[in-house]
Amino acid sequence: MPANRRPRRRPRAELLFGDLWEFDPAPETADPRLKARYDLFIGGRFVSPRSRRYFDSINPANERKLAEIALAGPADVDAAYAAAAGAFRSWAATPGRERGKYLFRVARLLQDRAREFAVAETMDGGKPIRESRDFDVPMAAAHFFYHAGWADKLDYVAPGRSVAPLGVVGQVIPWNFPLLMLAWKLAPALAMGNCVVLKPAETTSITAMKLAEILQDAGLPPGVVNFVAGAGETGALVMGHPGAAKVAFTGSTEVGKAIMRQLAGTDRRMTMELGGKAANIVFDDAPIGQAVEGIVDGIFFNQGHVCCAGSRLLVHEPVADEVVGKLKNRIRVLRVGDPLDKNTDLGAINSRSQLGTIRRLVASGVREGATLYQPPCRLPERGYYFPPTLFTGVTQSHRIAREEIFGPVLSILTFRTVDEAVEKANNTAYGLSAGVWTDKGSRILRLSTELKAGVVWANTFNRFDPSSPFGGYKESGFGREGGRQGLLDYARIA
Amino acid sequence: MARIPVTKTPKVYIGGAFVRSESARTFKISDAQGAFFANIPQCTRKDLRNAVEAAAKAGPGWAGRTPYNRAQILYRLAEMLEARAGELAGSLARFGARRADAAKGVAVCVDRLIHYAGWADKYEQLLGSVNPVASRHFSFTVTEPMGVVGVIAPDSPPLLGLVSMVAPVIACANTVVALASERFPYPAILLGEMLATSDLPGGVVNILTGYRRDLVPTFATHAHLRAIYAAVGPEDRRALRLGAAESVKRVRFAGERGAQWLSDGAQGLDVIRGFVEFKTTWHPIGS
Repeated sequence: MPANRRPRRRPRAELLFGDLWEFDPAPETADPRLKARYDLFIGGRFVSPRSRRYFDSINPANERKLAEIALAGPADVDAAYAAAAGAFRSWAATPGRERGKYLFRVARLLQDRAREFAVAETMDGGKPIRESRDFDVPMAAAHFFYHAGWADKLDYVAPGRSVAPLGVVGQVIPWNFPLLMLAWKLAPALAMGNCVVLKPAETTSITAMKLAEILQDAGLPPGVVNFVAGAGETGALVMGHPGAAKVAFTGSTEVGKAIMRQLAGTDRRMTMELGGKAANIVFDDAPIGQAVEGIVDGIFFNQGHVCCAGSRLLVHEPVADEVVGKLKNRIRVLRVGDPLDKNTDLGAINSRSQLGTIRRLVASGVREGATLYQPPCRLPERGYYFPPTLFTGVTQSHRIAREEIFGPVLSILTFRTVDEAVEKANNTAYGLSAGVWTDKGSRILRLSTELKAGVVWANTFNRFDPSSPFGGYKESGFGREGGRQGLLDYARIA
Repeated sequence: MARIPVTKTPKVYIGGAFVRSESARTFKISDAQGAFFANIPQCTRKDLRNAVEAAAKAGPGWAGRTPYNRAQILYRLAEMLEARAGELAGSLARFGARRADAAKGVAVCVDRLIHYAGWADKYEQLLGSVNPVASRHFSFTVTEPMGVVGVIAPDSPPLLGLVSMVAPVIACANTVVALASERFPYPAILLGEMLATSDLPGGVVNILTGYRRDLVPTFATHAHLRAIYAAVGPEDRRALRLGAAESVKRVRFAGERGAQWLSDGAQGLDVIRGFVEFKTTWHPIGS
């Protein structure tokens, strides 16, 4: 091991722009075309809830009410399942060639209205417009487009066997990538010929309901897709409904386990995409500049509301001071603020309750003896914001090294040998993703073999693609999303 | 006077050794005519924990073998069964199977092992993928074993069920802790003796005997068992799923497809697919 090849020295002074130049506001002004009230989408129509209840959807950037959303109770979830079951036979019998055309239409119609959806997504969830515009919405369209093409090629999915749809699939998705997670769930299920009852997260239902408009415009047969809204209680109804042949859940490990227990006595199939505490490992031969960009992208993308976020930085001792110094410089110029501003790097934290969780875990980090660093930055007075945060001197027993924070908080640990890096990286109940930064090809392949994680990013981080299977090991869940492997999780093999 | 035969003391196979239960308990089994046959170890959760430890220890070595080597070892195991086919068939017939059925069952066991021996170096190319991502990255997906898998074999057929469940799981580089049929454990004990002479490293397959009611709760909750493959009824299914939730364990049930154990439909790639994890690796393309 080429230890200490680089002489230890203080990081070189860098030009800092953030303090010297003021940025003019550059707000995105496209009209999100929001309605004041969104009803449930059942049987191809927007229907008022039998529960007769509505809840408010808040813009986390300024705490203003955006719209009110219908709350689905037991009768509404029953109605959604009945609509889906009614549509199933004819949808499953529709030739794949034709089913695919609907999905192609959805992809195209979403691209047509991309800017409108990006603004709605940012207002509803708090993520920077740069991300919703350049990542969430185009990637959602890509998922529909990719899976559309599978619909008439299902004979190739399972070698030597034929596949058939399962029936009605119940899906519950989180608030961190509302439209994208919806696309991840919907597209493969529909391509395979299943019908869907889906519940978006209670803080981010708007883009799902807007997508329902697109499903109507695409002429998708009524009942094939149904959206019910609400919080955990509605989620439990969707997951536990006897009409579901399969359930797919993305969210916390805690809730995932509760669903597994809830369904223990059934033969329901499941896909679970749960939490993570990814290690991002930087070796002394890594291209440090690129690694720092990757670390920043890994933990501050979407305010750290990412299940596969690189929330534990494991840095090789010989370069630890250099990497940490550069990181501090880099995060000083991150811009925290109005999510609709095109120059914003970190937008709003999704909800007051999530902000509380982040604050509690950061306080535990300080209390347990880790060293906190937050750059000076002005946070907006209204809305839920948290500055980019680094912790050095973190040990493996600290809560901030073990628990998923789901916020812009990076815990930094060091290592000396490759074995120690692998040991520390794998020392977690989670196993969703990991990052490796090194110039040495054989080391990348060794680590990608030994890291117990479903996705390993080498010299890059947070890459996603509809053709690339994503999902966890261990308590990060099971089943895959994306690619041929993900598609097969929505099939019965005959 | 007629010679008195030497009877065999049945033992369980853990970590490559033949041992009695830690509990020092046994249960009596009789042949189809009701005559005493032998005392069988009545394993407890302590034995199960020891077996999991042995399987976990054997895991990295087994997963580190080349697929070609795993294939040859599985083939060697088939050779061992073929050579002692008469003895295996006798052990089934002694407890009530018809002679022709017993012989047929053993023949299918041998063929099944060869089937999975052949899969050991082929499934990866069918399950893995190179992913055509829309960016300048090389993205590929490979399979990896899940780790230690708990297998609970059916009572009928006791030997073919066990072989059909263990073979796919070890073909894709997992290690196994298996619970033999409660009613007909003796063929599994014979199988253990063949495993021991087949070049299969000790600890890769561990076979316990005993009562399901004693062991199912520990199979369900032992966190180091990363997956369960069980041929059990509704009550045990529920118990296994409930316990599995605590550590997000993968649970598969045999016979979910109404599999006829004798048919070719009971074997193949989609069984293997149930016991691998998919790992996707990304790397930029560029200088």
